[in-house]
Amino acid sequence: MTLLWRRLANHLATALAAAAVLVAVIPLASLFWLVLSNGVAGLSLQFFTSRPLPVGEQGGGVGNAIVGTLYMVGIACVFGLPIGVGAGVYLAERGDTRVGRVVRFTSEVMSGIPSIVVGIVAYGLIVVPMRRFSALAGGVALALLMVPTLARTTEELVRLVPHALREASLALGVAQWKTSLRIILRTALGGIVTAILLSVARAAGETAPLLFTALNNQYWNFRPDQPTASLTVQIFNYAISPYEDWHRKAWSAALVLLILVGLLDLLARFLARSRLSRKR
Amino acid sequence: MLDSTEKSVGVGSGALLAGPTEERRGPSYGDRVWAGLMVALGGSILVAAGLVLLMLYRLARPLGAVVSPLAFLSGSDWDPMSNAFGALPFIYGTVVTSVLAMLVAVPASVGMAVFLVEMAPAWVRPVVSFLIETLAAIPSVVYGLWGLFVLVPWLRGSVEPFLGKAFGFLPLFQGPPIGLGYLAAGLVLAVMILPTIASVSIEVLKTVPVPLREGALGLGATRWEAIRMTVLPYARNGILGGSLLGLGRALGETMAVTMVIGNSPSIRASLFAPGYTLPAVIANEFAEATGAVQIGALAGLGLVLFGLSVVLNAVARLLVQGVARGPKRRRA
Repeated sequence: MTLLWRRLANHLATALAAAAVLVAVIPLASLFWLVLSNGVAGLSLQFFTSRPLPVGEQGGGVGNAIVGTLYMVGIACVFGLPIGVGAGVYLAERGDTRVGRVVRFTSEVMSGIPSIVVGIVAYGLIVVPMRRFSALAGGVALALLMVPTLARTTEELVRLVPHALREASLALGVAQWKTSLRIILRTALGGIVTAILLSVARAAGETAPLLFTALNNQYWNFRPDQPTASLTVQIFNYAISPYEDWHRKAWSAALVLLILVGLLDLLARFLARSRLSRKR
Repeated sequence: MLDSTEKSVGVGSGALLAGPTEERRGPSYGDRVWAGLMVALGGSILVAAGLVLLMLYRLARPLGAVVSPLAFLSGSDWDPMSNAFGALPFIYGTVVTSVLAMLVAVPASVGMAVFLVEMAPAWVRPVVSFLIETLAAIPSVVYGLWGLFVLVPWLRGSVEPFLGKAFGFLPLFQGPPIGLGYLAAGLVLAVMILPTIASVSIEVLKTVPVPLREGALGLGATRWEAIRMTVLPYARNGILGGSLLGLGRALGETMAVTMVIGNSPSIRASLFAPGYTLPAVIANEFAEATGAVQIGALAGLGLVLFGLSVVLNAVARLLVQGVARGPKRRRA
């Protein structure tokens, strides 16, 4: 074990660790480049405004799928945001009780449940009683996925609020609930908005829980009790089809999805950063 | 703490306690509503977890009339038309692809984490963090698209023929290079779980106390020796927990795997062969399932998947928490 050998091992390990970064960089670069180069040609105004057409017909787009994705994410927000954020506030305020610890552990374990299993649950919960695939079922599946993660993030953000703020408010005679709502939540609000945007971005990219809850739809649909198209399921169907033209559409739709998710992510990050810099 | 006593006053026996000592009235109407709301919201998580179990169980029950749970888990035939429901090919495929993904992703992500926390110059860190966050944000169906049209042709054209020629004596690398199969699924999964394992590892490495490193370096260790002998042993449980979280993600990952595994309910030794996984068969057959029994079989597979992921997640969280809590306890 000479010094030379030890130094060599040091350099070797450094090189290997740096090379490990490449394992992430190469697929990422390849993916972005191919989505961009294969997808950009198919983008046109019509791609955003029209519905899919049968094989062989020229044109057609994913307009109804974009609307469907936004629609179901909206439904998911209606159910998921109040429960997720509320449960997070509960965990921050009462999380140190025995019940609170059980709730926290449950939400942690729930956040690891595969999304396809959540799809089965939404199927049993909504599709079976309603006897049809629907946007509502898709939205509920997405909401079930949102809640646990949102609860945990919200808890951490609420806990970041300095304790002195709460004490000051209570000392001034402000009621508990008013302190929680107007002082604590108000202070944590910026972070919570960021967390919400990130969970919305995640929900918009989900495919598996929609396959047999919202199914798919070749037409425009604005009713919550009807099967609904989504960008992700549309990409899946285009990709596994045997038609060249549909493969090109899959790439274009993937580009649209990446832009949608990326914009939400960027917005979330921008908000988080501007909030941090204001604090300093 | 002041606030916890105040809370207990606000919640229950407040009127009795506060009455004689203070002139203020007991818990206000608003406070009682707020307390009730809190409990309801917290309870909703437990209700949701209960609903998950209940729904899976109810949907899976009709299967019990056809096969016993044990025969379901150990059967290797899957033919819904003739009521043959054996989960083994899917369990096997899930295990093989996940193990493959872990073999690639764990060393790569630990290497990334070590590089980022211990070695990289300051300007590289935000770049690599951004990279990891971006990998985590890409929807799985886009990974599937990439896997299907980029990775699979590459495996079919170059990697699998090469592996077959070089290591063809092993049963793992025999058979025609199809592209679609365990190998493709394992590699796509590896890329997808990389950010999970890497981000947990980074957090864990950051909790390693600086004096430990300084001590090792002060004794004359090179940087790598300091990492190998002090930093990595200290972070071991946390990294293990992160890996288990990654494994949990790999087990449940659906779309990308469905698109590249070839969807054949069979058990093959060769990594080149097409297979099937638990989530993939649910994704492919659920919407078109005919009758309660087939739905039951698919929900049964979901139950298996659910059980696996709950156990993995529980163990992983306990491991990661243990690391995060460890140093604090010692200080106190």
